[in-house]
Amino acid sequence: MNSLFPSIVSRSQSSSLMNFFVPIISIVLTLITGSIIFVLLGFDPVYALYTFFISPISSTYGISELFVKATPLALIAIGLSYCFKNNIYNIGAEGQLTMGAIFGGGIGILFHDTNAFWLLPLMIFAGAIGGALWGLIPAILKTKFNTNEILTSLMLVYVALFVLDYLVVGPWKDPFGYSFPKSRPFSESGRMPLLFDGLRVHFGLIITLFLIFISWFIFSKTIFGFQLKVSGYSPKAARYAGFNQTTLVFFAFAICGAFAGIAGLAEVSGPIGLLYRDISPNYGFTAIIVAFLGRLHPIGIIFASLVIALTYLGAEDAQLFLQIPSAVGFIFQGLVLFYLLGAELLINYKLTYKKLL
Amino acid sequence: MGDTILNIENITKSFPRVIANKKVTFDIKKNAVHAILGENGAGKSTLVKILYGLLEPDEGNIKLNNKDFKVNSPAEARKQGIGMVFQHFSLFDSLSVKENLILGIDEKMSYSDLENKLENISSRYNLPLDLDAPITALSAGEKQRVEIVRILLQDPQILIMDEPTSVLTPQEVESLFVTLNALVKEGRTILYITHKLEEVISICDTVTIMRSGEIIDTSSTANQTAKTLATKMLGQKLDDLKTNYGHIKDEVNFEVKNISCDFNDPFLTDLKNISFQVRVGEIYGIAGVAGNGQSELMDILTGENINIKSGSITFDNKKIEKYGPQKRRDLSISFVPENRLGHSAVPELSLSENILLSQFPKNNFIRNGIILKNNVDDFANNVINEFKVITPGNDAKASSLSGGNLQKYVIGREISSKPKILIISHPTWGIDAGAEHSIRESLIELSQNGTSIIVISQDLDELIEITHKISVIYDGNLSKPFKTSEIEIEKLGLLMGGKNE
Repeated sequence: MNSLFPSIVSRSQSSSLMNFFVPIISIVLTLITGSIIFVLLGFDPVYALYTFFISPISSTYGISELFVKATPLALIAIGLSYCFKNNIYNIGAEGQLTMGAIFGGGIGILFHDTNAFWLLPLMIFAGAIGGALWGLIPAILKTKFNTNEILTSLMLVYVALFVLDYLVVGPWKDPFGYSFPKSRPFSESGRMPLLFDGLRVHFGLIITLFLIFISWFIFSKTIFGFQLKVSGYSPKAARYAGFNQTTLVFFAFAICGAFAGIAGLAEVSGPIGLLYRDISPNYGFTAIIVAFLGRLHPIGIIFASLVIALTYLGAEDAQLFLQIPSAVGFIFQGLVLFYLLGAELLINYKLTYKKLL
Repeated sequence: MGDTILNIENITKSFPRVIANKKVTFDIKKNAVHAILGENGAGKSTLVKILYGLLEPDEGNIKLNNKDFKVNSPAEARKQGIGMVFQHFSLFDSLSVKENLILGIDEKMSYSDLENKLENISSRYNLPLDLDAPITALSAGEKQRVEIVRILLQDPQILIMDEPTSVLTPQEVESLFVTLNALVKEGRTILYITHKLEEVISICDTVTIMRSGEIIDTSSTANQTAKTLATKMLGQKLDDLKTNYGHIKDEVNFEVKNISCDFNDPFLTDLKNISFQVRVGEIYGIAGVAGNGQSELMDILTGENINIKSGSITFDNKKIEKYGPQKRRDLSISFVPENRLGHSAVPELSLSENILLSQFPKNNFIRNGIILKNNVDDFANNVINEFKVITPGNDAKASSLSGGNLQKYVIGREISSKPKILIISHPTWGIDAGAEHSIRESLIELSQNGTSIIVISQDLDELIEITHKISVIYDGNLSKPFKTSEIEIEKLGLLMGGKNE
């Protein structure tokens, strides 16, 4: 007789082919599970899936919206891969995004009646600085006091959100805003230029693609990318090689924070145009899924960001046409992550049923 | 001493590329302390893991009280009356002693029953315990007591102790021996795994000596001395010497002086006043049984640990004890630590990429932070060709190579840069005979071209074959050096067993 519960045994060699297919398998399983959920809710699964995944992108406007949502996701995810490749679990990108929006948006508010070519670059720069500084806090805590970066970076998200809250109801409140918790709008030159007339897709997309390209170059061609990788795979080997791990932790956090900060600034200076409470529908957290779904690879992250952006749009359409709460979008994101981690586990481990006597 | 309790017959267990137990056969008598003595890698652990249900033998039978004995898990082994105390404790640090004990027992028992039982055990076997103390507050000896009590709660007939004294202070060792004697008096049997000669003589009744997976001898300890045991444990290893002293210069170019280092960790060995000198072209061997401070010393020699308490390392008239690994490489000092996978090489990376772990000033691998891939690939190909590494190419992952091939590659990487000093730990550990031979050859060749080499190894054959001088490390102390060509094997064995005449 075999035991009822399997035990998990490490595989000696993981299949590289399956490694490649993991994201695709997870997405297919998510769709199957999603259909089952729709059936249980009493919807025709084909119609529901169509509403969720096809109809949102069946118009030019829809595709533009897809890129609007994918832009911050991809940018944060590529930043996160600097940390994740180094085995640093920075899950505070949402806070770094918020700080970037505050720093960059602060410049925008300061110069709300200035129209000059330097304003937007200055705001982007300030956004990067804000995110990077916020990212450096857990880096310092980790390297100096050996704290767990998962906890500290996560807790700092809420600190950043409260800072933003305070600013938009307090000192930065729009004096002509009828007491709504929002700031003054930025001037025209403080906004991300739109790429096409009438569509919301903006210059942030170009910045994102550029930074993804740069990151690809860093990961695959430079000694810095190599050091990140080695220290992630095996800290002992990195120590043997003489790589300075403290520096690597600092750089990974600073770069990730800067990217998230730029993403936050791109949101407030792009589609939003001012600062208010809810600048991000959890982009900073969802980007974690994007980073892993894209297997920390620049090209993979581009595709993953589009897939996950679609769950945001689908959730809105589903709410509109099927009267399902938009939280369904989060359910889909959760399912993807669940299957992704599950498939990952099964690639490296197998389940065996021990024989009982 | 009574009748036979355990018959081990023809147990064979092989792992990929190594036979850990070869037709192991011996009996264990009831009511005695039976030692299994051997160097690291002799097959002791494999054998006890089979007895404790952690490994399954390929062949052979075991009989417990004349009945066939076959277990698939430690829980079954405990049920049949075999308990084991591991070298490394498995206790929950944040829980109390009592809580740890209750977690370890398989049947249901109330706290008060447990307390009664514990009181009984504590007083009978000299195992005082503070039941409410958290594990973190205990010394290594006290933790071991908790482990022993946990096993005794199951009332085992046979108690396996794996290197029990390795983390204990001398006083704690004394008190452990009192416990063991009390256990034997009660009719229990103890299987005592060790490499310490003195302990075998002072506490064990019978000793089984293992070498390279085979039983060399099982006999009563009554007529044995540390010397006779050492000879049997190590074998006659002085046969084929071919060390050549001619090329060694008088000039000392690497000197370690009075290095001491405290770790405050029961699983690490503090280094005590270590000193040695290596001359140009000399191969200096450091022998010793694992866990006597070798890896701690290695980390200090490579610069991976620069937090020493006192002492200095001098190379080319520079004090380098505070230099990290890269700064030492810049001075043409090169290292190969013991562990290939994850230390001297990253298994997930390609052979080419693994070149970049160890860069010397004359390598032209990086310009302005960008990796010059062609140069790295050329270097990798050179190493592969010159050291006859069997691999499909420089883009193969390090993990796809056999141990011997990867070791040839790693050593080739270090040797190719013609270092002035090579510091290498266990150069031929876990690899096949062919690769072993070619690695030893390249080390000898390197020394003849003027490189000084420091070899840390547990393999005495190896040290005697390739080194010019040998010191023995025991419990963080390094003995004075002996000229390899004049050394006596008994002397080495005694030093390795901690017995300094």
